[in-house]
Amino acid sequence: MSGQVDALYIYLLLVAGVMTALIFVAVTVLAIKYRRVRGREAQQIEGSTILEITWSVIPFFVMLTFFIWGAVLYFKERTPPADSTEIYVVAKQWMWKFEHMEGQREINELHVPTGQNIKLIMTSQDVIHSFFVPAFRLKQDVLPGRYTTLWFKATVPGRYHLFCAEYCGTNHSGMGGEIVVMEPRDYAQWMAGGPAAPLQETGKQLFATLGCATCHRSDVQGRGPNLVGIYNKPVLLEDGRTVTADENYVRESILNPTAKIVNGFKPVMPTFQGIVSEEQLNALVAYVKSLAQPTPGSAGLQNEPAASPAQTQKTQVQ
Amino acid sequence: MASAVIPANQAPKLNYLNNGHSLRSWLLTTDHKRIAVLYLISVTTFFFFGGFFAMLIRLELLTPQGDLMQADTYNKVFTMHGMIMVFFFLIPVVPAVLGNFLIPIMIGAKDLAFPRINLLSWYLYIIGGILITHVMLTGGVDTGWTFYSPFSTEYTNTKIVEAGLAVFIAGFSSIFTGLNFIVTIHRMRAPGLTWSRLPLFIWANYATSLIMILGTPVVAITIVLVAVERLFHLGIFDPRLGGDPLLFQHLFWFYSHPAVYIMILPSMGVISELIGCFSRKRIFGYKFVALSSIAIAVIGFLVWAHHMFVAGISLYAAMIFSFLTFFVGVPSAVKVFNWTATLYKGSISYATPMLYAFGFIGLFTIGGLTGLFLATLGIDVHVTDTYFVVAHFHYVMVGGVLMGYLGGLHFWWPKISGRMYPEGWAKLSALFVFVGFNLTFFPQFILGYVGMPRRYWQYPPEFQVLNVLSTAGASVLAVGYLLPMIYFLWSLRYGPIASDNPWHAAGLEWKTTSPPPTFNFEETPVVTWEAYNYDEIPDKELEAPVAR
Amino acid sequence: MEHEAHNPALLHHFVDAQQQKNAASLGMWLFLVTEIMFFGGMFCAYLVYRLKYFNAFAAGSQQLSIALGATNTAVLIISSVTVVLAVKAAEAGKRKVLVGYLAVTVLLGLTFLGIKGFEYREKFERHHVPGPTFQFTDTFDDNGRQIPVDSNEAQLFFSLYFAMTGMHALHMIIGCGLFSVLAVLAWRGHYSPGYFTPIENAGLYWHLVDIIWIYLFPLLYLISRHS
Repeated sequence: MSGQVDALYIYLLLVAGVMTALIFVAVTVLAIKYRRVRGREAQQIEGSTILEITWSVIPFFVMLTFFIWGAVLYFKERTPPADSTEIYVVAKQWMWKFEHMEGQREINELHVPTGQNIKLIMTSQDVIHSFFVPAFRLKQDVLPGRYTTLWFKATVPGRYHLFCAEYCGTNHSGMGGEIVVMEPRDYAQWMAGGPAAPLQETGKQLFATLGCATCHRSDVQGRGPNLVGIYNKPVLLEDGRTVTADENYVRESILNPTAKIVNGFKPVMPTFQGIVSEEQLNALVAYVKSLAQPTPGSAGLQNEPAASPAQTQKTQVQ
Repeated sequence: MASAVIPANQAPKLNYLNNGHSLRSWLLTTDHKRIAVLYLISVTTFFFFGGFFAMLIRLELLTPQGDLMQADTYNKVFTMHGMIMVFFFLIPVVPAVLGNFLIPIMIGAKDLAFPRINLLSWYLYIIGGILITHVMLTGGVDTGWTFYSPFSTEYTNTKIVEAGLAVFIAGFSSIFTGLNFIVTIHRMRAPGLTWSRLPLFIWANYATSLIMILGTPVVAITIVLVAVERLFHLGIFDPRLGGDPLLFQHLFWFYSHPAVYIMILPSMGVISELIGCFSRKRIFGYKFVALSSIAIAVIGFLVWAHHMFVAGISLYAAMIFSFLTFFVGVPSAVKVFNWTATLYKGSISYATPMLYAFGFIGLFTIGGLTGLFLATLGIDVHVTDTYFVVAHFHYVMVGGVLMGYLGGLHFWWPKISGRMYPEGWAKLSALFVFVGFNLTFFPQFILGYVGMPRRYWQYPPEFQVLNVLSTAGASVLAVGYLLPMIYFLWSLRYGPIASDNPWHAAGLEWKTTSPPPTFNFEETPVVTWEAYNYDEIPDKELEAPVAR
Repeated sequence: MEHEAHNPALLHHFVDAQQQKNAASLGMWLFLVTEIMFFGGMFCAYLVYRLKYFNAFAAGSQQLSIALGATNTAVLIISSVTVVLAVKAAEAGKRKVLVGYLAVTVLLGLTFLGIKGFEYREKFERHHVPGPTFQFTDTFDDNGRQIPVDSNEAQLFFSLYFAMTGMHALHMIIGCGLFSVLAVLAWRGHYSPGYFTPIENAGLYWHLVDIIWIYLFPLLYLISRHS
């Protein structure tokens, strides 16, 4: 993608260069050719509507080409492919924390393989930061209180600067790091060297220990909605709106459950704001996302509720 | 050859400068011309404060390490540089100095509509200025001039509320100036002076005033909300309490984008006057240039979120704002084309004001075109928050606003002071400014594209060469700014006395004495001619100034 | 400098009294536009958060006293009437009537502020003032169904309530001060049918402050109220 950005940049440079040269040359030539000479008076010319229209409309259409090419590129940049490998990023003053789905954690250095679509799901623990990799020609602000995403596919192994690009206090200029791009083989080797439970496993454990499973059951109707298969699906809320259950929705539901209440349910879920850290939130979100609908014919569900007997009767809570 | 020579032994006529010498007659004046001079002194002072901070920035950035000062100090330095330059120099400079002085005279009035409010405006500016100076001297602020939340509301320990108050008060100075200008231009034009006969400088300041009164209150309330949030921990912008940091950005940029048009429009008005006079021609496409000022003011209110393309706004919002931003480029381009076309078949001379006008056209073209790069979404993702943006806005603000101001200051200096500045030194300064400016800021475009973020105290060593070039340019630029300080002051005592119209320019201001009397005209003029009637003004050789 | 006799209120940089009056009027209208933009920022914040946190806003709104709010609305509307009557009296040259109506306007304004102060005190007692002492345990009564709301979201409602009504009250205080000064000047005979521009323009200011309240009242007090 960086090549495409450069191509657009060169196109703009050419057009701007031509425009600048035209103006510079025109002004210079006219300033010299029509310099004050005894005996010659200036000729008063009111204007020319045709000229005004021409030099308004033509530049506008040229600018439209900038807009269209730029917008198309931007659309691609902001639409991560569905098959992207996800990595969670937590920014804080003044470092970058990374969590691979497999459980690896990194600080200020992010290892990624070539040839794979990588989607970063990012949030901040404190102030606004910005994830900037000049080599990829990509940047995205990282905000507290919600997720923003950035995706890329690295093609050439190497080490690339990572900068924070939104002023965030004392050590803003020291909040750098590197994206370490490796061949898939080397990457696999690096991965194997690390410890850890995959992120969704951590999330699954939290789901149990925090008591989420008590209400969010998948075997019977519980006090809370069944979370299996909800990721990226539309959800009908009780005020009539329909929203998509993306990462931000899941996150908000944990931190601020009364903001969006699912149709047919009561607003009884307590908030976990202050109880879960950003990393734990990421794990829970990863876990919920992993709760896929069972494929037809599969034996059971992917998750098991924490050891409670199955009930055949729905309990309606009034 | 010279005609209206004033004999050296004649007692100076009563004019606004010598009509009362006491401090009281200056500090309690309601004469718009004296108020303009008061602004001239105060605005120049703040320019040098801001410039001092700029010098510190460029010195620190000579080396990749942060070795001149602590990181916290550097953060305060660039913040104070930005705040002072934006709110205490760029926003007021052309309207409050040149606008205040010239608008009533150009329309044949005795003063602005509300002279006491005009004086109040200056006092508000001074109070704001004292507060910001106090902030500066007692530790400064470190949020960047854009004071984004939640850093400014929850995390920084510096004097945000006081600095906010300073800007709030200075903002009211701006609002009252704009209000004054609009009422004056609507209600106090001399008989016969229809809208289509107005000088383009008036059109430009009118458009600017519209922005001032509509936009500034929004940043005022934003500052109030930030202060209230900081003091009472409310959560309007704090996500932990349900607030939205992006709401701050929307409210902030809703003013701060039109603010840049407050800065550039009056300067563009100056350029129209300069090009007209030094080509001896009516500006080509007068109607279009006049209306383009209004168009910029209106469209300028619709593009603010182009500062937020990577901030987390939706894809579709970004596309809309990108599209609208291209629209606002069109009227600016129209102006540049019309100025260039005015040169055709003109009779062009190269006095210092005209050199600044040429410089403006070149540098504003580059600055404006790089704005298109930023409007282009795919490019903006890469270059926003880098030195590319820094270079862009310095091109338009320094290469644009400041050059227009300097050109105007030279052009109207004889009218304001009654003296001519030394032309040789002035031309030399203009050259220093032009060369120094380009050397300072052009490398920054490259720095930005290769990835150097802005507001960086330290940087990777591969960026050093470009930074050194930039600092070298800054030292040349500094000389270019210091020289006029010196020779303008020199001219007050030793400069040749100016006649009423040393440039043989069109415009009502040249039909009265240099300097003008307190009530501007002996008799109210009745206007029966179109603006820029250079065909009716004898094309005499520009008068040689008279030695005292 | 010799010049023909004129109303002492005419300032010398104006050509005639009509120009001065027109200038003053236009100036006041423009100032009112700036006030609208100023409050507009807060209305914008209100809009954003009400959409986002409707339940909490409704719950907060239900805690405000409609009776007091409606009374205040009536008070302000009546005060706008007295302002109009004051202007008419000025135009007719009736000095004492003018002073009377100005005084009544100020009294009504102070009444408004008094009621507001009473409401604020009540908020303070119930811990509804945003900040460290804020507590909110009420629910949103949605046609009988009680929906609990997040305390932080309710705090946002009250933050905006205090910010908006506080800013409005500040403008009321300024207005009362203005009219008090004008009443004194009127008593001393500064105004006549030939010159009463300050009364008119202050009246315009007062009407704007009134209109702002007329927007504030339903937005703050009447969210999700059913009969």
